[in-house]
Amino acid sequence: MKLARVTGNVIATVKHPALAAQRLLLVEDEGADGRPNGKPRLALDRVDAGEGDRVLVLDEGNGAAQVLSRARGPVRTVIVGVVDEVESFASGGSTS
Amino acid sequence: MQHARVLGSVVATRKIPAWHGQRLLWLQPVDRAGKPSGRKLVALDTVSAAPGQAVFFVRGREAAEAIGDSFNPADAAIVALVDRLESWSE
Repeated sequence: MKLARVTGNVIATVKHPALAAQRLLLVEDEGADGRPNGKPRLALDRVDAGEGDRVLVLDEGNGAAQVLSRARGPVRTVIVGVVDEVESFASGGSTS
Repeated sequence: MQHARVLGSVVATRKIPAWHGQRLLWLQPVDRAGKPSGRKLVALDTVSAAPGQAVFFVRGREAAEAIGDSFNPADAAIVALVDRLESWSE
């Protein structure tokens, strides 16, 4: 799983049935500096994430199928958590 | 799942049986600003995308799951046509 930011919303009428009736958001992985890396990905939202939220993103098909409680399909990126805080043991600080 | 623009279609009369009747399109992945980002690739098309259109595609094993016969060697498949992106950043 990766830490990412929700950076946008996607409206797509024509889509594969596996994506039907799912909330689709744009997420960008955090770069080394903690900022969005400029490479948006489409993710299914299972946790009601919103604009600018720092989230936990799963990018793996088997896990996605489990989270969505269904057989495997052409889906691999799912937002599985909204991050409240990350405590870093290296720097002693926490970020949110 | 990543954002791309359709560059064109790939015509291949002889292909593995699992892909018979399937469209293959040539894609250019793009970044947040819609600028080319990364290498071009060929993907299965499940949504009847057209050249120039913005799409989302999935990479990896999940791509093969996009068509009925999931035992096929696809490593990329288009799964959505983008109507509109609402970007909240900047």
